[in-house]
Amino acid sequence: MGALSVAIGSEAAGVRSYTATSSQGLLYMAEAVYNASGLNLPIVMTLGNRAIGAPINIWNDHTDAMSVRDAGWLMLFAETNQEAVDLHIQAFKIAEATKSPVMVCVDGFILTHAYERVDIPSQEEVDDYLPPYEPEISLDTKHPQAIGTMVPPEYFTEVRYLAHKRQIDSLGVIECAGKGFKEKFGRESGGLIHKYNTENADTIIVTMGSVAGTIKDVIDELNEKGGKYGVLSIVSYRPFPNEAVKEALRSAKNIIVVEKAFAVGIGGILSQEIELLMKDSNCEIKSVIAGLGGRAITKPMLTEYFLNNAKERTTFLGLKEDIIREEYKPLNCGKCK
Amino acid sequence: MSSSTMGNRLSKENVAFQSEADRPNTLTSGHRACQGCGEALGARCAIDAAFKAANGKIAVVNGTGCLEVFSCVYPNNSWGVPWIHSLFGNTPAVATGVAAAFHNQGKDDVRVIAQGGDGSTTDIGMGCLSGMFDRNDDVLYICYDNQAYMNTGVQRSSATPALARTATTLPVGSYLGNDASSGKNVPEIAVAHKIPYVATASVGNIPDLERKVAKAINIKGAKYVHIHVPCPLGWGFPTSETVRIARLALKCGLFPLFEAENGEVVGSTPIDDVIGVEDYLRAQRRFAHLFGKNATPDAIGILQNIANTNIQKYRLSGGVSDD
Repeated sequence: MGALSVAIGSEAAGVRSYTATSSQGLLYMAEAVYNASGLNLPIVMTLGNRAIGAPINIWNDHTDAMSVRDAGWLMLFAETNQEAVDLHIQAFKIAEATKSPVMVCVDGFILTHAYERVDIPSQEEVDDYLPPYEPEISLDTKHPQAIGTMVPPEYFTEVRYLAHKRQIDSLGVIECAGKGFKEKFGRESGGLIHKYNTENADTIIVTMGSVAGTIKDVIDELNEKGGKYGVLSIVSYRPFPNEAVKEALRSAKNIIVVEKAFAVGIGGILSQEIELLMKDSNCEIKSVIAGLGGRAITKPMLTEYFLNNAKERTTFLGLKEDIIREEYKPLNCGKCK
Repeated sequence: MSSSTMGNRLSKENVAFQSEADRPNTLTSGHRACQGCGEALGARCAIDAAFKAANGKIAVVNGTGCLEVFSCVYPNNSWGVPWIHSLFGNTPAVATGVAAAFHNQGKDDVRVIAQGGDGSTTDIGMGCLSGMFDRNDDVLYICYDNQAYMNTGVQRSSATPALARTATTLPVGSYLGNDASSGKNVPEIAVAHKIPYVATASVGNIPDLERKVAKAINIKGAKYVHIHVPCPLGWGFPTSETVRIARLALKCGLFPLFEAENGEVVGSTPIDDVIGVEDYLRAQRRFAHLFGKNATPDAIGILQNIANTNIQKYRLSGGVSDD
């Protein structure tokens, strides 16, 4: 709460500002999250993705990020430690060009606490890619302005509509930032999506974040034995790259969405977004909820799932059925039969 | 006759800057405050005084509440200074960020004010306020204390005084209303943080208010000024009585004026002619249940004790002898 609020103040006073949070910290600052985007402040924030309690749990999943998916921030998911570094550099460029805050989502522990060799660009290289910050409005004694006034019903819809338009327009800016980054640093990092063997795949696994690496390993093995699998990982979760995703999923007969969060009482969140996007196609879409609260997502678990053609729309990967049998009693009001 | 009745015959240094032709009017007229609003008066005097003392180089961070709602509804804006509103509970932290940014830009001459009502200060933003004090950030925090959530319909805050009626502490039978608390004393909490400067002020003594704000604004580090601002709507008195009510609070000792530096009280404003709390209480409908047929006999004594304690603790009885 306090941390993001300090960044709101410093950004509003015209200085490039950054903070970081995770899990409960994100929920504690939830109203400041909405405030930063509503005030068009291009703050960059790292989110070390972790579960939300109760039950209290400190490990990785995406429930924290999903809880603020409609808050008006741009949300980028890193697949590797190197991409985490690179996305932060791109994030300032994207934020300042779109006047939107950017959340760089980095899987808690799996990426945040992993040792991996990364290339950290020099200050000069970054300065060359990212010009000095020129705020459009700020707290200036020579030109006093009010920031964050109350907006009555006469104007509120327009403000929200413009935020919507601006977020959709940001798709181009994110794509462009990734291209510019490759030109400057010679690496593929960021952009809207990452495609892996999607061109001729029958089955495409859609996912976000670091688990894409494990999934690529699994499908490499399956494809060696004649399988036709591909992986699509979403980098830009907000704005959601509808057209790019649709194009990447063009050849798919089966889509399996592997995600680390879900909406209680409904099911997978990313799954629903993919279902809506692909509603006019004939492909079969399955939802796999995996890795909740740091449960390991292993190659054997994924291999078994991919080969076994699950019938259920939604599967909780690695669910311990014996515990559920013991603990689950169907609810009944006492009158219904 | 005491000097407080001398009006415009006061010596030059005792005349409020607010009465001068060159006052900057940082909170311009046309805003939507209620008639007789003590907070609007307090804010105009405080921000004008800060503006003058900082040579016009101030920026204001405003918490959610009456002041924010009545001064700034798009597309209108009553502020003549750079102003930002973020949330209800994060005002001190936003001000920390603004001050850090000005420091980063080499603009330490631009002084930062955070301001809010008692709900924002003593309840919702208390954590961020304590953090700002603890870090000794270069911010002047001003609390306009009207002793309840007036904007939403007079609900109790932790600054609501003992026995006061609010929408959520109605007197029922022998139960007197808000007898749970004597009000959270945030000026004393600020003093306990040992920040460079803490003061209480009142719209019942504008020259004193202006002097304290003008002094605070140019001190480096965290400063806190707590201003007593009567609310005609919430307290129940005619809109012409705001300043008189504020003065009665000062004269009975229920609102002591003092200054503290680095954790020590260094001075207080003596009361010329101390009055009993009854004169203050009778003038407000929120205390009406303390009088009349069904009143609990010793209720007023509770408030008189609080006033007596203040008078002793802050040595306010300069004008009369203790007996």
